[in-house]
Amino acid sequence: MELIVSLAIGILAGSGIWLLLRPRTFQVIIGLSLLSYAVNLFIFGMGRLRVGAPPVLDPAAGGDISRYADPLPQALVLTAIVISFAMTALFLVVLLASRGLTRSDHVDGREGGS
Amino acid sequence: MADDALLLSLIVALPFLGSLLAALLPANARNAEAWLAGLITVGILTIAGILWPKVAEPAALRAQFEWLPEYGLNFVLRLDGLAWLFVILIAGIGLLVVLYARYYMSPDDPVPRFFSFLLAFMGAMLGVVLSGNLIQIVLFWELTSLFSFLLIAYWHHSQSARDGARIALTVTAAGGLCLLAGMLLLGHIVGSYDLDVVLASGPKIVTHPLYLTALILVALGALTKSAQFPFHFWLPRAMAAPTPVSAYLHSATMVKAGVFLLARLWPAMAGHEYWFWVLAPVGVATLVIGAFLALFQQDLKGLLAYSTISHLGLITLLLGLGSPLAAVAAIFHIMNHATFKASLFMAAGIIDHEAGTRDVRRLGGLYRAMPITATLAMVAAASMAGVPLLNGFLSKEMFFTETIEYHVDTALDHLLPYIATVAGMFSVGYSLRLIHQVFFGPPATDLPHKPHDPVIWMLLPVGLLVLICLLVGIVPAQTVGGVLAVAVESVLRGQTPSYSLAVWHGFTPALLMSLVATAGGIVIYLSMLRYLSGNIEGAPLLRELKGKRLFERAIVFLSWRWAKGLEQIVSTARLQPQMRLLIGVTIMLALWSFYTRPISLVPGSLQGADLEFMLVWVVGAACALGAAYQAKYHRLAAVILTGGTGLAVCLTFAWFSAPDLALTQLLVEIVTTVLLLLGLRWLPKRIEGIASESAFSARLRRFRDLAIAISGGAGLAGLSYLVMTWPLAGSISGNFLERAYTEGGGRNVVNVLLVDFRGFDTLGEIAVLGVVAITVYALLRRFRPARDSIGLPEQKQFQNLYDADIQGSGKDPITAHYLLVPGLIMRLLFPVIAMMAVFLFMRGHDLPGGGFVAGLTFAIAFILQYMAGGARWVEARLRILPVRWIGVGLLVAALTGAGAFAFGRPFLTSAFAYAELPLLGKLPLASALFFDFGVFALVLGATVLVLIALAHQSLRVHRAGAARANTASGGKS
Repeated sequence: MELIVSLAIGILAGSGIWLLLRPRTFQVIIGLSLLSYAVNLFIFGMGRLRVGAPPVLDPAAGGDISRYADPLPQALVLTAIVISFAMTALFLVVLLASRGLTRSDHVDGREGGS
Repeated sequence: MADDALLLSLIVALPFLGSLLAALLPANARNAEAWLAGLITVGILTIAGILWPKVAEPAALRAQFEWLPEYGLNFVLRLDGLAWLFVILIAGIGLLVVLYARYYMSPDDPVPRFFSFLLAFMGAMLGVVLSGNLIQIVLFWELTSLFSFLLIAYWHHSQSARDGARIALTVTAAGGLCLLAGMLLLGHIVGSYDLDVVLASGPKIVTHPLYLTALILVALGALTKSAQFPFHFWLPRAMAAPTPVSAYLHSATMVKAGVFLLARLWPAMAGHEYWFWVLAPVGVATLVIGAFLALFQQDLKGLLAYSTISHLGLITLLLGLGSPLAAVAAIFHIMNHATFKASLFMAAGIIDHEAGTRDVRRLGGLYRAMPITATLAMVAAASMAGVPLLNGFLSKEMFFTETIEYHVDTALDHLLPYIATVAGMFSVGYSLRLIHQVFFGPPATDLPHKPHDPVIWMLLPVGLLVLICLLVGIVPAQTVGGVLAVAVESVLRGQTPSYSLAVWHGFTPALLMSLVATAGGIVIYLSMLRYLSGNIEGAPLLRELKGKRLFERAIVFLSWRWAKGLEQIVSTARLQPQMRLLIGVTIMLALWSFYTRPISLVPGSLQGADLEFMLVWVVGAACALGAAYQAKYHRLAAVILTGGTGLAVCLTFAWFSAPDLALTQLLVEIVTTVLLLLGLRWLPKRIEGIASESAFSARLRRFRDLAIAISGGAGLAGLSYLVMTWPLAGSISGNFLERAYTEGGGRNVVNVLLVDFRGFDTLGEIAVLGVVAITVYALLRRFRPARDSIGLPEQKQFQNLYDADIQGSGKDPITAHYLLVPGLIMRLLFPVIAMMAVFLFMRGHDLPGGGFVAGLTFAIAFILQYMAGGARWVEARLRILPVRWIGVGLLVAALTGAGAFAFGRPFLTSAFAYAELPLLGKLPLASALFFDFGVFALVLGATVLVLIALAHQSLRVHRAGAARANTASGGKS
């Protein structure tokens, strides 16, 4: 399972990086989304992958904490997901405004390079 | 002793407190401000008077407070004779300046700013003279530069005031940096920053190999502050300040800080030939050049400024000579110069105030119009020229005597008496000019105002200072003898030579020099009279020597040309190279750590992997690659494919025991997709197959980027695999699991972490979210779309044409029935989704859910209404106030956190209890629930605000288009 998730992270990160290096703002937005998926999964993976052990305490099971997955990376990733939405929104609006002002959707605000 | 410590601290603290108070008074409270500042100076003078008996004792008064004990730094206040003398100068002249300023400042000037800065400057200056620690001196030193900057720029509407302030700050603050370096070196040499220790380590300092470096750095600090050649140019420019500031800062106190420092460090650093070689030539040059230039100034304050420079040069020279008797003369002259020069500045201010000009050529014959001012100015100017029976004569006599003495056997030393006499001639010359051209000669006829003597309160400070000049000049020993002796002893520490403060010493060579200087000065003035009255600006010979121009050129080179050149070499404004660099460096760093600490990567196997999960990621990876491939030409496809990847991520979270994350990811995926879809409309049409795309260089670039992307992805994959197969040890997570229920009162540990254990983080995060949403809203309020995306999209136009073709114009049944059935369902779903949000919110503390998820769900309920009915339909029926939601959310979250204060607990401490409610059953009522409600409200508000603001852009553009069409048709009809 770890191998699949690692490969998934690798592919997402690779696609994201490729898009970050592209000249069009929309490509960069999609790239940031993909890269944040990869990073979120990566942070999530820091707590190791457990199946069927959500960190929701079961009153019947007593105090054995080894039964539960690591809650800390989950809490970190949860806010990261929401913040990355905010970041996407801000970037989108900035790029729309920049396109309105410069009449170009190139990341530098003017055509050039590829 | 404790009382002394309190009194010492009060001396420094009172002005700063007064400064704060002064800033808060109303803008026209001139009397209140003057009373406040006056009382503070009187208070300081009283304290100084109380402490006088203890100052006269040999050991300095000390008060020590812990400042940075781990660095061996203490905040030490230290009062000895020299410091006492300066305290009296600063507070005494401060008092007179305050009185003078009360009548000088016009009712239109905002006085709180003036008095506030003036008092703060006074505090900083007192801090410099009372500091018993090298670093502390530098701290207050820089503060004086800063407040001097603010005071020079007081009339900041004038360009010259701003320029003057900037130049003064640049020069003196740069000097302050040198001083800091010098002080650090000095502390390093001695091994302590305590002034008492440093002053007692003179022999150790002068024999140290770093002595010369430290000396030059300290001297640079002192010489810039005291406006010594070649750094003198800032002082005349600083005359753009109000005259009370010039009288106070730029004649009596701040410029004296440099020479004060030299006197302060005299016992520690003067015992070497280098001291003479660094300071004496600078002093001589400043003395002569300043006096020469002063003679040719046409501005009254400019003349006084150059004369100040010259006198400061004299003091520097005296200190630089390194002999005890010269040091006595220097300290004596510091006092005398402060009195006569401050009174002259004030007199100049009165003339400017009453006559409306400071141009020496335009003034004349003012004696008849303002006899009292004229008399006082004449006495002060005579003191400046060194006329007997005035204090200036005494210290000048001491100076002449000292120049004749032998110091360091050099040509400079042998020439000193002659140079001093020449400088004395110019000094007499400019003093004479000041008096003759302003007060005598034909009365001026073209003055802006009709001059007359000012109110008595404006004359009183001048009169008092002139009285001091006279008293000290006639009976020196009885008036200042005691103070001078104590001040001198605190510097010379046992080396005090015998000196006499008498007016008459018999026929000495010094008296001869005085006579020659006076006669020569009269001759110079008379012979130059015609030239000086002409239309000249600046002095002959030295006209080309403009420090200011050099300074400006240096600034241009440093801050513009060189910076720009450097930027061109190492930086770029283009995003792509920066991105490449950023990613490249990250990959390199990761590789480097692999290389330095090699870890064998065990090849994994797919055994035990779920086939379903594998299929999820086959699809997910395909979506990601597809999105990367399509993002340029097929944006809609890319958005859909990104959503597919997001779903795969969501499933992964659900699979591996993270139900909260899965929920959040799913909902964020929905709102992100809607967001991007709303944005697509404003992006330009892109057509495939541009020629430059297939060029070789473009291919090469893409190949390089592909290599970076592949290596980055492969690296992150390898790293994740390594970490995930590594056994987990020593995590703090167990702690959270154990305490979640007992201390947080919730079973959903992730939610407890968010709203309780890491509540402060969450507060910060929702604040960011709110800020982003409002920024988006603000950016979109002024949004101007690109011209080509204003019209209807191509597809819509096509559809409209088709409709018109089929149905005929006018009726539009297809758009009228757009999404009729799904729209109805969406409307009916609104209460259901809203209820779902409430459910998710309420259960959040114990089961997957919570404020973030509930907020997003509720937001989606609103968005569905917009999609089903359109913005106008929704807003006609619902008042949605997302900005208010954001505010309420942030406020509730913060207030819940602050509520803990009421129980004496730290911010965001939570409390919980279970309550039995009818119908709903047992409910957890943790205070964290209120916090979570804040999160809920803010997430809801932020999401809705962003999406609606973006959706409204289409409406706005249509409205604008319709308005344009209307006015056009209206114009025709």
